[in-house]
Amino acid sequence: MSYLELQDLHRNFGTVKALNGINISLGEGEFLSMLGPSGCGKTTALRLVAGFDRPDEGRIVVNGKDVTGVAPNKRDMGMVFQAYSLFPNMNARQNVEFGLKIRGKHKGDGRGRVDDLLELVGLSHAVDRYPHQLSGGMQQRVALARALAIEPRVLLLDEPLSALDAKVRVQLREEIRRIQLELGITTLYVTHDQEEALAISDHVAVMYGGVIEQMGTPAEMYTAPATAFVAEFIGTMNRLDSKVLNGETGEVEHAGLHLRVDAARGRRNGERVLVLIRPESLELEAATNGTQPNSFAGEVLTQTFLGPVTRLKVSGSGTSLIADMSTARAAALPVGSSVVAKIPSEGAKLISLPDDGPGLPVLDPDDQ
Amino acid sequence: MAPSAFVWLLLAAAYFLVPLYATLEFSLKENKVGTPCCTLSNYSWVIHNGDFWHTIKISFLLAIETIVISLLLFVPTMYLVHLKLPRLRPVIAFMALVPFVVPPIVMVVGLLRTFRGTPHWFYGEPWGFLAAAYVILAFPYMFFSLDAGFRSIDVQTLTEASQSLGAKWPTTLFRVILPNIRSAALAASFLTLAIVLGEFTIANLAAFHTFPIFLQYVNESQGFPAGALTLLSFLITWGAMLSLLVVGRKRGARGAAIAGAR
Amino acid sequence: MAAQALRPDPVSGRRRLSLGWLATLPFFAYVIAFLFVPAVSVMVGAFQDKANHATFFNVHELLQHPYIDAYWGSLRISLITAVAGALFGMLVAYAAVRDGTPRWIRSVLTTFSGVAANFGGIPLAFAFIATLGPLGLVTTWFRNGGYDLSVRWPQFQLFSERGVELAYIYFQLPLMVLVIAPALDGLKREWREAASNLGAKGWQFWRYVGIPVLMPSFLGAFILLFGNAFAAYATAYSLNQGQNIVPILIGNYYTGNVLDNPHLAQALAFGMFAVLAVMMLLYIPLQRRAARWAK
Repeated sequence: MSYLELQDLHRNFGTVKALNGINISLGEGEFLSMLGPSGCGKTTALRLVAGFDRPDEGRIVVNGKDVTGVAPNKRDMGMVFQAYSLFPNMNARQNVEFGLKIRGKHKGDGRGRVDDLLELVGLSHAVDRYPHQLSGGMQQRVALARALAIEPRVLLLDEPLSALDAKVRVQLREEIRRIQLELGITTLYVTHDQEEALAISDHVAVMYGGVIEQMGTPAEMYTAPATAFVAEFIGTMNRLDSKVLNGETGEVEHAGLHLRVDAARGRRNGERVLVLIRPESLELEAATNGTQPNSFAGEVLTQTFLGPVTRLKVSGSGTSLIADMSTARAAALPVGSSVVAKIPSEGAKLISLPDDGPGLPVLDPDDQ
Repeated sequence: MAPSAFVWLLLAAAYFLVPLYATLEFSLKENKVGTPCCTLSNYSWVIHNGDFWHTIKISFLLAIETIVISLLLFVPTMYLVHLKLPRLRPVIAFMALVPFVVPPIVMVVGLLRTFRGTPHWFYGEPWGFLAAAYVILAFPYMFFSLDAGFRSIDVQTLTEASQSLGAKWPTTLFRVILPNIRSAALAASFLTLAIVLGEFTIANLAAFHTFPIFLQYVNESQGFPAGALTLLSFLITWGAMLSLLVVGRKRGARGAAIAGAR
Repeated sequence: MAAQALRPDPVSGRRRLSLGWLATLPFFAYVIAFLFVPAVSVMVGAFQDKANHATFFNVHELLQHPYIDAYWGSLRISLITAVAGALFGMLVAYAAVRDGTPRWIRSVLTTFSGVAANFGGIPLAFAFIATLGPLGLVTTWFRNGGYDLSVRWPQFQLFSERGVELAYIYFQLPLMVLVIAPALDGLKREWREAASNLGAKGWQFWRYVGIPVLMPSFLGAFILLFGNAFAAYATAYSLNQGQNIVPILIGNYYTGNVLDNPHLAQALAFGMFAVLAVMMLLYIPLQRRAARWAK
């Protein structure tokens, strides 16, 4: 039974279609992230749910009730903004207390609740401090406590960590998830950081150009991207623009290379497809004299040290691939060495491409 | 647009535009009570009035003198403060607030008393006494504008870069620093122009014959031509402020834009 | 070589640095000579008599009629026009900057305010005579409509205190607009939305967040307006304000109308300085508070 539903939402700004038919369904206590580059419509959708904007078409339903026409101050939702949302003339405690004060519940039990929440977000020691005396991370904790104080039905977060330092971001996202699980509150989260979305969500909806490209669990999004955009946006992926040679055996051809891919079975011959292989599923070995099935030979072009993992770029046979392996093993394959990359026939995924289409969408590097 | 916003803006527009329109109407009436509109005789009277040209010339020249002295005095000082003497800045900022506490009406009393014994070329001439006072009147606005201008450029880096390339002080000052604070200096200058052209208090109490004094004389003696003169005065102020806006659009020229006679 | 002047010389460090200080001397000399010395001389003169002996006589005279009346008049006018200018200026500024109002209105308002704030003094006085004087535009409209303003509302004469206040608003309101618009900009939209999200209605936002945050800026602007009106001379002079306000009284001495004791004029000026100094002491902490919350 879904608790929060976005039904066929449309929103246009002039000629721009910011939202073009968004459908999302959240169960109670679920955490869903709307993930995508800037301009994809995720914040627009969130603001529609919060009530700061009205959809041109579609409905928003909470626990069976249509709230599309309800004013934002009556929707009983808690929102955490990206930055600057704490009232500067009030200290942390007074900020958290605000929603209760409006409802006349800040005396007695209310006071205890405020203290509990501040403790929950780890700020008991700073309750009397004013926003300008708090760091960015602390401010967002106060903002979270403030949104939770009113016991909202739905928690909305609009890129709450984007303005913070990297380390604080990782720390705080874990805490947000922990608190959310503890309180069991239905949560809608907006972010452009795919690592963040994958790390803490029950479900992820990848958005682009006002539509949802794919929605599913983080694992699904990662291992089985449904569209070229999702494949590109989530994690790093090797993409081989290929043609199906034999739909029965699963043989495909890419830049002269013949590969066997299980996922190609059942496709029609001549179909243009995109073969997707995660860098960590490529097996790299030093080249030997014989040839190996389902592999391609090349030379290590670059090595990029990423900590526990090293990323190797291998180039050969008119194509280049990225392979991730443990740093220890990568030491044995220095730049310039000849290697053989084995492509796992089960590990590769396939997406259809239009036969004469433009190919892969070009993503603005600034979007990620 | 919110209805209440519309109402307030409309009321404000009415309150501000009606007196201007009334002045315009007055200025187009014959210099006799009861005749209908419209004539340019008042404007003609102004253009052909010797005193008008005499006083407006004095006021303009005074303004230029004030601007020159102010720039010569304040630009190098502000440059030095931003370059080498940052601790002086709060001191000067505080001094720039003193004219709020010592307004023209108080200042002129002190000036007249202090400089009473000085030679005639200073005490009796507008180019001495009045200009000296007007530089002080311009000081706060010069400070805020130039301060903003200097703050918007990295004075240290520019100076060091210039010197590392071999330039001596005058070159650095004139060819590197000044062009970069030009819009701030220009903005302050236009503001000073508006101040001097409108300053009445000091000129009146110290008995000098400037344009605002002439304006008041015409107000008292000739009702209708005063309308033409008032409108002209308004247009001149407007011209100065528009120039300020055009010039101030560049970064670093946004200082206080409030000055003038009350 | 010139670059060395920037680095403090370890040996003669002090000598090098003082070269900079020396170059600011003309500035300080000028301001001291033409601002501080005259200001001090006013204060000294206020406490002297004609023979230049120290006395409290002149300052004591300030408490007598008509001088004390002039101070009350000045304070009244300043207070009323500061309150009116601040309130209406705020409403007009808010109307122009809020969401929903077209952008161009704000530009026009700012431009016009810049001009109007400088349109004080003699020209302003005439503009009001042309509007509300005996032959004024508005007076004539009312008379044609059968309504003689000066009879129905004798209080409301242009050449009365109320009239002067109405004229002062012409530069007080724009001054307020110019000063408060940046502060209104500083009211972040996130605060409004967060408040609404937490259940607050419009007036609750203003009561708990909007007005408290604006208050330091508002009070600072109010003080600015007060000082502005208090020191005003030309407009009142041109509207024949007799002896109702202090600047006119001071002026009368120099334009040869009344007052034969220069030290009395200086005492009057000293009194003005005292009032303004108190205002300044209130202003400085307010500005600091406003700046802190603007972050």
